Amino acid sequence: MADLKARIAARTAKEFKDGDVANLGIGLPTMVANYIPEDVHIVLHSENGFIGLSEETEEGDEHPDVINSGGCFVRHTPEANFFDTAMSFSIVRGGHVDVTVLGAMEVDEHGNLANWIVPGKMVAGMGGAMDLVVGAKKVVISMLHTQKGKPKILKECTLPYTALGVVDMIITEMGVMEVTPEGILLTELHPDYSLEDIQAATGCELIVSPDLKAMEEA
Amino acid sequence: MIRKIMTADQAVADINDGASVMVGGFLGTGTPEILMEALVRKGVKHLTIICNDGGLPAKDGRPARGVGKLLEQGMIDHLIASHVGMNPLVGQGMNDGSLKCTLIPQGTLAERIRAAGAGLGGVLTPTGVGTMIAEGKETLTINGKEYLLEMPMTADFALCRASECDDFGNFRCNLATKNFNGVMALAAETVVIASERIIKRGENHPDDFTIPGIFVDRIVGGEQPWLI
Repeated sequence: MADLKARIAARTAKEFKDGDVANLGIGLPTMVANYIPEDVHIVLHSENGFIGLSEETEEGDEHPDVINSGGCFVRHTPEANFFDTAMSFSIVRGGHVDVTVLGAMEVDEHGNLANWIVPGKMVAGMGGAMDLVVGAKKVVISMLHTQKGKPKILKECTLPYTALGVVDMIITEMGVMEVTPEGILLTELHPDYSLEDIQAATGCELIVSPDLKAMEEA
Repeated sequence: MIRKIMTADQAVADINDGASVMVGGFLGTGTPEILMEALVRKGVKHLTIICNDGGLPAKDGRPARGVGKLLEQGMIDHLIASHVGMNPLVGQGMNDGSLKCTLIPQGTLAERIRAAGAGLGGVLTPTGVGTMIAEGKETLTINGKEYLLEMPMTADFALCRASECDDFGNFRCNLATKNFNGVMALAAETVVIASERIIKRGENHPDDFTIPGIFVDRIVGGEQPWLI
């Protein structure tokens, strides 16, 4: 499982251009930062109020005033700038974040996203997720293809929406997909799987790109 | 000279049962902990608390952080927040019916508070269109794009944290302690700041303080750097 997540994170890291402002969600999306190519410099936005997010601190090296949005003590880069929540979300909604990477409970072929609430279960709250997916120029969902064998990429989401029509790209251990007006286009397939495998693990019909490539991790 | 400096207990003395209180901070960072402690000492109940989150619960012998201090004493009836997953006391309270929790997207929460403080009649945001958040709310289409009308949010009190202030109330929040402290200071009827350091007015260059003291009614010293 850890290897599959690393594979997804490594492939996601290839989606950034030099100079991009990016926001990475908690969990697998955070791992993406470890795989950014050396010649690509990105600026990470932390929605609790700064740009220039860097790695978690070691014990004894914490600064009491610097946490990330998951509540961990973190370092910041030399170009860091700190601001209040209103500015932080002006950056988000105003289209100043180039790429956001998040996980999902469900994504559907219209690019609708559900990742914040399961009715009847304990609710964590949406935090900044609803703002991020509406505001970022490119929304990448990086996640395991299925949840305990159940497809997460569907014809229609069954869970309450986080936002409508916002997802641009889905990266899983099985392949890379783009959301198009016609449906979900499979552009890369990992060599461990066949077309039948990935279709069987998906709840809507995949359109196979005529230029289908092998999914490369690095 | 306008004098605003007082003790934490004096500063919260008129926060009574049923009050609505905005609390700055993000998972405790930027929350005025000494004002949370003063509220606990006062033992006030049935509060409506507006805060980014539910703070952090007590863990491994360390005390609760931020609004978590009020939650563990059962002082809150209604929590208005954007993310409560880090404090299990919120989920427990919702399950046993002792706590009502209203969830609002983080950016919308900030703008609704800012709107109240800035004299705006509401905010138009694309966030939440087509979701549960939009239920019962007016939508407007502007230049072909749909927006939700979100209403201003005010409160009886705002409890904010400053890294440094002067004795007039001009203040600054260092690094990631800014979060909601600035917008809340504009939006509430009575504004209290708890500061790590208080200096005399005029000692600093005016550029050193980013939030004007005219919003601040009460100043309390003695905030500590919190490494928990």
